[in-house]
Amino acid sequence: MRPLTQEETNTFFEKLSKYIGENIKLLIDRQDGSYCFRLHKDRVYYMSEDQLKIGSSAAGDTILSIGSCFGKFTKSGKFHLLITALDYLAPYAKHKVWLKSSAEQQFLYGHHIMKSGLGRLTEDTEQYQGVIVYNMNDLPLGFGVAAKSTQACRNCDPMTIVVFHQADTGQYIRDEETLT
Amino acid sequence: MGRKREILDDEKPKKGPGRKTKKQPAPSFKELFGDEAGKKKLSHKQQQRKKKREEKQAEKAVVGAKRKAKPQKNVQPSKKPKMLFDSDGEDDDGENLRSSDSEEDEQMQDEFSEDDVLSENGEVEEDIVEPSRSKKSKQQKKQAQVTASQKGKKLKENVKKKKSKVVEPESEEEEENDSSDEDEKDEDGDSSDEEMDVEKASKKLLKKQQQDETLAQDELMLNIKSQEKFTLPSGQEIEKEDILWQWISHIRHVLSDFAERREEGRPRKEYMKQLCRDLCARFNYNEFLMEKLLKLFPNEIMDFLEANEYPRPVTIRTNTLKTRRRDLGPMLIDRGVNVEPMARWSGVGLTVFDTKVPLGATPEYLAGHYMLQGGASFLPVMALAPQERERVLDMCAAPGGKSTYIAALMKNTGLLWSNDANRERCKAIVSNLHRLGVINSLVTNYDGRAMKKVFHSFDRVLLDAPCSGTGVISKDEAVKVNKDEKDILRCSHLQKELLLSAIDCCNANSKSGGYIVYSTCSILEHRFHPSLRLTRRFYPHTHNLDGFFVAKLQKFSNKIPGEENKNEKAEENGETAKSDESGSKGKKTPTDEVAKAEGREPNQKSQSEKEQKSANLQALSNISDICKLLKQTISYYAALFFVSTTNNLQEILASNLSSIFLLNAQIFKSPGVETSV
Repeated sequence: MRPLTQEETNTFFEKLSKYIGENIKLLIDRQDGSYCFRLHKDRVYYMSEDQLKIGSSAAGDTILSIGSCFGKFTKSGKFHLLITALDYLAPYAKHKVWLKSSAEQQFLYGHHIMKSGLGRLTEDTEQYQGVIVYNMNDLPLGFGVAAKSTQACRNCDPMTIVVFHQADTGQYIRDEETLT
Repeated sequence: MGRKREILDDEKPKKGPGRKTKKQPAPSFKELFGDEAGKKKLSHKQQQRKKKREEKQAEKAVVGAKRKAKPQKNVQPSKKPKMLFDSDGEDDDGENLRSSDSEEDEQMQDEFSEDDVLSENGEVEEDIVEPSRSKKSKQQKKQAQVTASQKGKKLKENVKKKKSKVVEPESEEEEENDSSDEDEKDEDGDSSDEEMDVEKASKKLLKKQQQDETLAQDELMLNIKSQEKFTLPSGQEIEKEDILWQWISHIRHVLSDFAERREEGRPRKEYMKQLCRDLCARFNYNEFLMEKLLKLFPNEIMDFLEANEYPRPVTIRTNTLKTRRRDLGPMLIDRGVNVEPMARWSGVGLTVFDTKVPLGATPEYLAGHYMLQGGASFLPVMALAPQERERVLDMCAAPGGKSTYIAALMKNTGLLWSNDANRERCKAIVSNLHRLGVINSLVTNYDGRAMKKVFHSFDRVLLDAPCSGTGVISKDEAVKVNKDEKDILRCSHLQKELLLSAIDCCNANSKSGGYIVYSTCSILEHRFHPSLRLTRRFYPHTHNLDGFFVAKLQKFSNKIPGEENKNEKAEENGETAKSDESGSKGKKTPTDEVAKAEGREPNQKSQSEKEQKSANLQALSNISDICKLLKQTISYYAALFFVSTTNNLQEILASNLSSIFLLNAQIFKSPGVETSV
């Protein structure tokens, strides 16, 4: 377990800012205690300093998870956000998409979102902007990347993909093995 | 994935079998079993045509036979298979013929069993066979008939009956054939020698009659046999079950008033043994487990066994980190899940009566609003009563149900250390913790016995020890047969080690804590202390929860007795065992003795006894120690008081949630407590 290097921090924050923008600083400067990001086995965990202190008494190879896992670095150095970060992304999300209940299940199985399943969409979303996906009850389902800007969405036909799937809560069941 | 499918379907529930299934009749297997089915299919016209065909052939055959009469006779015997030689009819008397025929039947059976379908279906072909061979073909046919009927043994009784009906026309047909054969022969005889012919004809007639009789007899026997074979076992089985029930209830009746009702000269032991055997047979347990259970529940054994045959109600626990029970309930009801709040003692449980959707795959489940969890597993956590900002260890955490409940009670503050020895199962913990939004967790993969070397100042420790699973037989039937003495001992040894380790991990000096909760989901006993009065057990049949055992211990000192001399410090062992539950593989306490026996230092507590305490008192040297001892003693009585006065589940649970110190206060107020214990 170690702090992120400068380069890693840049990659990580760049990715994160696509979803929550400048709200990142709310994650770092918290009033209820000091929190930090740590890299453990290529994964980025977010935890309080207290947790870190106690956690460091455990041997590295036995630790499977500490705090919340935000995502992982790939071998090529890119950063992937994982579904486990949703608890932090959803409250701070800048751009949101709401799904009709008919499309909800499709998304939870890992499919992209088509125009036909789109219920609502935040104004002024740009293309390739990170978006958090909700159902109509405002229950966060996952997140993805906008395939089209809000403007373009208005005019496209119903079968066009408007949001690319990245992560959904169905993965807690489907990918339980690979979450850690 | 099945799950996916079901989710998809939840909006349009299926309304019965699809169209296709309606169109297609169920596959019938009659045809596979041969001739009768084939025969049946002949329509009236087909039968007529067949008759005509046969007549024609017979005519032809007569003409042909006349021509070749002489050479034929010579050829005939040689064409028969060797084994038929004995039975070569002309000179033999009827007796021989019959016996040899039946022999043939048996011997030929194998030969023909493969192609009997062919020969039976292809009767026409047989009929076409040259007259010279007609005799043989006749035999074949009969044999085929016999084999078929033998084969048919396997069929059900009613099938048999049908068969025998079907067979009748067949034999008639054969008679016709035979008679035509006879005619041929007669005519043959005419051409050669009058006397011989007459004799032969009569012999043949005789022979045929006998053959028919044998066949009829065989068939009759076959039918009878097959009937017996079919009905007997089912009859036996039904009877067996009835008898078992009768025996069991009879024996229990006798045992309930043994002196009066017993049969003279038969000891109670014999009755018990028989009862045990009958119960094993009736409920499919192994004898070892049944004996244990009988000892445990001499009176309620039937209730217990019956309760194990049915699953406990499905319960879910609301995740208070993300939602509230009164929000979750209506939401699930909207999805078609029929839920109702669980018993009064739990503020987060919901009981599920029936559901149209898979509970483990609703969007609410995926979003972490609830956890599927048995009612019994709420109890150890409620007994543990973790407080905010504490450090809590869950030693055997997988798959994370209790861990997430602990985190919910701690409101995501402090630290929750979830450990499990099995790396694969740890993945489930991680997944569940993240799904339910727990952020104060640390998941590790240590052997629980090594935990104290890693970190040992937890405020509270929950040890849900691996066990024999005898409390959850309704969930896993395999437990009924795969446990024996060794498993139980191995289990209890491991539990002992884990409990000691758990106690070592706990910090007695913690301001708010110093508690250890030990629980298992088994009900067998392996007591550490003779009375275990402070523990409570709950069983499937009495509480409609899984069998469970919970004991709460309080640690009073971090001193380890072995080091006492060196440090001149004292330690105490006290324990307050608060228990709610049942399970009882119970290790409860007397870790002191146990630890000593193992050459370790017991640092703590166990269910203490007065004697033990007075011994400790002597060992104590300074005032603070005495104070601690006092505290220990008080808690001990407090716990006793607590258990002895609250006999019903709800009270116990409610009390568990309040702190032990409250109880201490009560004790102080009521001087009569000691006597009440």
